[in-house]
Amino acid sequence: MFGYYFDLALRSLKRNKALTALMVLAIALGIGASMTTLTVLHVLSGDPLPGRSGSLYYPQIDPRESQGYLPGKTDPMDQMTWIDGMNLLQAKRADQQALMTGGSVAVQPDNSTLDPFYQTARYTTSGFFPMFGVPFEYGHGWGDAEDDAHARVAVISSQFNDKVFGGGDSTGKTLRLDGEAFRVVGVIGDWNPNPHFYDLNRKSYNENEGVFVPLSTSQDLGMIHDGSVNCWGNGGGGNTPDHNSPCVWLQFWVQLDSPSKAAAYKEFLVNYSAQQKALGRFGRPPNVQLRNVMQWLDYNMVVPDDVRLQTGLAFGFLLVCLVNTVGLMLAKFLRRAGELGVRRALGASRSALFAQLLVESGVVGLVGGMGGLLLALIGLWLVRRQPAEYAPLAHLDPVMLLITFLLALGASLLAGLLPAWRACQVTPALQLKSN
Amino acid sequence: MEIRPILASLRKHRIPAMLIVLEIALACAVLCNAVFMIGQRLDDIGWPNAIDEQGISVVSVNGADPKLAASDIPRDLAALRGIAGVTAAAAATSMPLDRNPALSSFTTTPDGKTTVNTSIYFLGSGGEQALGLRLLEGRFFNADEYADSGFKDFNSTGHVMLVTQRDAQRLWPGQDALGKTLYTNGNSWTVVGVIADVLAQDPNFSGPGGRYSSVFFPLHPDGVMGDYVLRSAPQDRARVLREARRALGRLEVGAVVDGATYAGMRGDYFADARSMVWMLLLVCVVMLAVTAFGIVGLTSFWVGQRRRQIGIRRAVGATRSHILQYFQTENFLLGTAGVVLGMVLAFGINLYLMQSYEIARMPWYYLPVSAVAMWVLGQLSVLAPALRASNVPPVVATRSV
Repeated sequence: MFGYYFDLALRSLKRNKALTALMVLAIALGIGASMTTLTVLHVLSGDPLPGRSGSLYYPQIDPRESQGYLPGKTDPMDQMTWIDGMNLLQAKRADQQALMTGGSVAVQPDNSTLDPFYQTARYTTSGFFPMFGVPFEYGHGWGDAEDDAHARVAVISSQFNDKVFGGGDSTGKTLRLDGEAFRVVGVIGDWNPNPHFYDLNRKSYNENEGVFVPLSTSQDLGMIHDGSVNCWGNGGGGNTPDHNSPCVWLQFWVQLDSPSKAAAYKEFLVNYSAQQKALGRFGRPPNVQLRNVMQWLDYNMVVPDDVRLQTGLAFGFLLVCLVNTVGLMLAKFLRRAGELGVRRALGASRSALFAQLLVESGVVGLVGGMGGLLLALIGLWLVRRQPAEYAPLAHLDPVMLLITFLLALGASLLAGLLPAWRACQVTPALQLKSN
Repeated sequence: MEIRPILASLRKHRIPAMLIVLEIALACAVLCNAVFMIGQRLDDIGWPNAIDEQGISVVSVNGADPKLAASDIPRDLAALRGIAGVTAAAAATSMPLDRNPALSSFTTTPDGKTTVNTSIYFLGSGGEQALGLRLLEGRFFNADEYADSGFKDFNSTGHVMLVTQRDAQRLWPGQDALGKTLYTNGNSWTVVGVIADVLAQDPNFSGPGGRYSSVFFPLHPDGVMGDYVLRSAPQDRARVLREARRALGRLEVGAVVDGATYAGMRGDYFADARSMVWMLLLVCVVMLAVTAFGIVGLTSFWVGQRRRQIGIRRAVGATRSHILQYFQTENFLLGTAGVVLGMVLAFGINLYLMQSYEIARMPWYYLPVSAVAMWVLGQLSVLAPALRASNVPPVVATRSV
């Protein structure tokens, strides 16, 4: 029966090409616009570390003075002070932990064809690599021993490796950063988590850190810190605060493998805050938060407002296109009242007619979906040419491809419901007589 | 034109009529809000900025040894001033719209509780002329004020400052700012001059209140100054920038030298807003086209259905223009209903957006303007089918299809 209806649908659609083209175009435009924006939204609000993000947590504490504190209303600090970061790191209460911050280093390549340049860098303790599951192309990360020894070791990204060393296994080679010699111990493989969840203070997307060095080493050498510094009280400011000053500028991440461990860790943070208050370092009662990766991204509202607005707008547009298609389908189905009357008179039930008309709208939806897919690909190509920092990430993935067709099919079936129902109400006798 | 027969006929075709109304309403609602957003973005892109935007080029130097700044900066500036066409050159810590917000909170009394967050700029000697600041009141910095003013803990160790007009109004509403004192962390500065409004380093970060709240401090050559500001005639900009980069590349070995015209920096800052405007425009145009084709399609179907009716009316004496007017009036009635519904919807969407996003209230005049646009669109799209209807010959009435 389906095959027969399909054939009927094709015949009917061929009969009035202009109207069919209009319907297909309307669906295609609506789907194209909404899929373009939805794909961007999907990419931007995606999970940066699928499978791992659920057990990675970002502890927040509040070391500020009591002034300005509203219990239950004031959010704890978004970053850590040096002292708290070091205390929590050394407590080793989590399965894995790492203290880190962002920076930039002057790279002085030996190879004379390359001018010196600045490279975004991450200064971190050794836990970073195993905790975030960083894949290595060559070599490995450094260990606690290197952290403690303030060793001159570096891990580099594969793009950086290509640029400076021309690719290949560069472990053991010497890299000059800020005038000091570093030994490359590892080259990271294809790893570029988006959003850049572990430090949202600079760019939230497409931040490519080329160089990773131990936090302790970066402090010894006074490497430039990049990112936000938030001071209070008599905190001086400046971009690289003193280790004892009341300023937060470090990110601290922990891995907690089960919810009970997370609860225990939160308890530990409360106790730590209370203890620091008793010591007189913290002015506020314990004010802590322990968010996992996705909660942390939500809390920071990383997806740009413009992207949400565009998605809303595109769906508004899709709605206009759908209402338009409903109108056109109604016109098309009602014009065939005579034909439908004949089918009814020959014994087809109302539901058979209904099914036939829905198949027809489904065909329109399918063709519209293909057109929409084409338009979405063009749209995403246009998005990638935009200057926004997330632009290079806008690519269609299989999930969105499937959603495109489901959306197109669903939308056109929905658009076909009312016209099909209306057309099924024909009175066969009347139609036969007037013809 | 008699309206009652039109209403009677619409009542018989409720569903198609409702669809046209709904389509116009939705299109009107989306159009209102999209056009409003376009207007807001264009406003942003056009923010005035009281510096010589067309004449300035900025060269930044990163990675020079900060300990040598006291001798390097005067040497570099001497080289830059030697470039033909450069009328002024100075060092500075940051530039308006360079996206590196530097804010500090000040109070107007020594122990004040209410602080005002203000963008801070540090200028080297001659910075006022290099930027082209416009003095409204008071004076620029004296040479000895430059020599005395250092940089410590993100603060100026000097005791004078320039404030923008907007910042002065924010700090001392209704009073003359000249000679007043600002405080932070036990330091104080006297306002020696009020200048025309200069944008913050990142106005979107500073928010509407802080967009034009900027203060300027004098500063002797210091390692925190990463920008060299060059002023020249607009037509010399490209050459001046090229030569300046070459000269600094020679002088600052191992440092990273980068440069841009100020017009280019401004363009970069608003690039996102500009691409949003284009995308909104595209959606509006396509949406209006889709709506127009929808109206054409439905009205054509209507005309096709009513050929016999039209023939009878023509046969009993209606002129062509009567038929034309009939369809035009019908479309006008549907359009009016759609526009009324659309305006309510547009207002509702705006209220929702105001709650969820940082969007202002839509001024009322957007509503009637979009309404007129939808009316015109409706009349234009109904014209072709209505003309076809008016060409139905009276003889149709005598045929049994």
